[in-house]
Amino acid sequence: MINGISIYEILTLTTILFFIGVYGFFTRKNLITILMSIELILNASAINFVIINTYLYPENLQGAIFSVFIIAVAAAETALAVAIIINLYKMITSVEVKGTELMKY
Amino acid sequence: MERIIFYILAAIIIIFAIASVSSKKMLRAVIYLLFVLIAISGIYFMVDYSFLGAVQLAVYAGGVIVLIIFSVLLVHHIELNLELASTKKRVIAALISFTGIAMVLPVILTHKFNVVENSRTIEVKDIGEKMLSYDSGGFILPFEVISILLLAVMIGAIVIAKGNRLGLKENQETRDKKQDIINQ
Repeated sequence: MINGISIYEILTLTTILFFIGVYGFFTRKNLITILMSIELILNASAINFVIINTYLYPENLQGAIFSVFIIAVAAAETALAVAIIINLYKMITSVEVKGTELMKY
Repeated sequence: MERIIFYILAAIIIIFAIASVSSKKMLRAVIYLLFVLIAISGIYFMVDYSFLGAVQLAVYAGGVIVLIIFSVLLVHHIELNLELASTKKRVIAALISFTGIAMVLPVILTHKFNVVENSRTIEVKDIGEKMLSYDSGGFILPFEVISILLLAVMIGAIVIAKGNRLGLKENQETRDKKQDIINQ
């Protein structure tokens, strides 16, 4: 735990970070920027795992290990999303959300 | 001292996160996201979990950001300004986010956490042993699942990014067959 910092301050920080990500997810119209907002959300949850582990249950390691898994899944998701975006750009030369209607049928 | 560093990191995270979701220039938004991720790794170092801090720096700052920058450079002109959402939509989204914060924060701040005073350092050795242990509470199964997931993602990314070229021949054959059926 961090000396002089209570768990409430860190959880406040991660809550704000999470909802900044949600705001970005709602307002952005470009696939890559939406992906970046999702990264913000995933990072906020990863910090929460670590903080709750170290402040409340320091004898266990579950939260610490699961944050590693979160990072692995987030990296895998980004790699796949970038591949899809580049393929989409080759098909319709656009990465805007409103231009993507290929998979609707 | 640690208080001051934490508040500086928190300010960096919030300011640059807001800048990242509202910036008009694409590449700048990515660089602001990089600052946010580096500050988050600083928080991991502050709770004495240096392994995750290093992983955060290597995977996010080193890998994910470079991947996103590559894709931005491949699909955008560098000076291109992003199309922003309309003011009405942005106000609604900000209202939704503030409502979310206003709903979650009171719950967190009034809940009484049983904080255990400690100064534990999470060692890499403990993480490695726990991840590969078969005993109860071990994490060998998620570890294997993640390795299969990463393999599947590698193959999937190659197949998707190569696009039509892999299945071109087959597509032509099926198209010929369809043409034959139509002709008949």
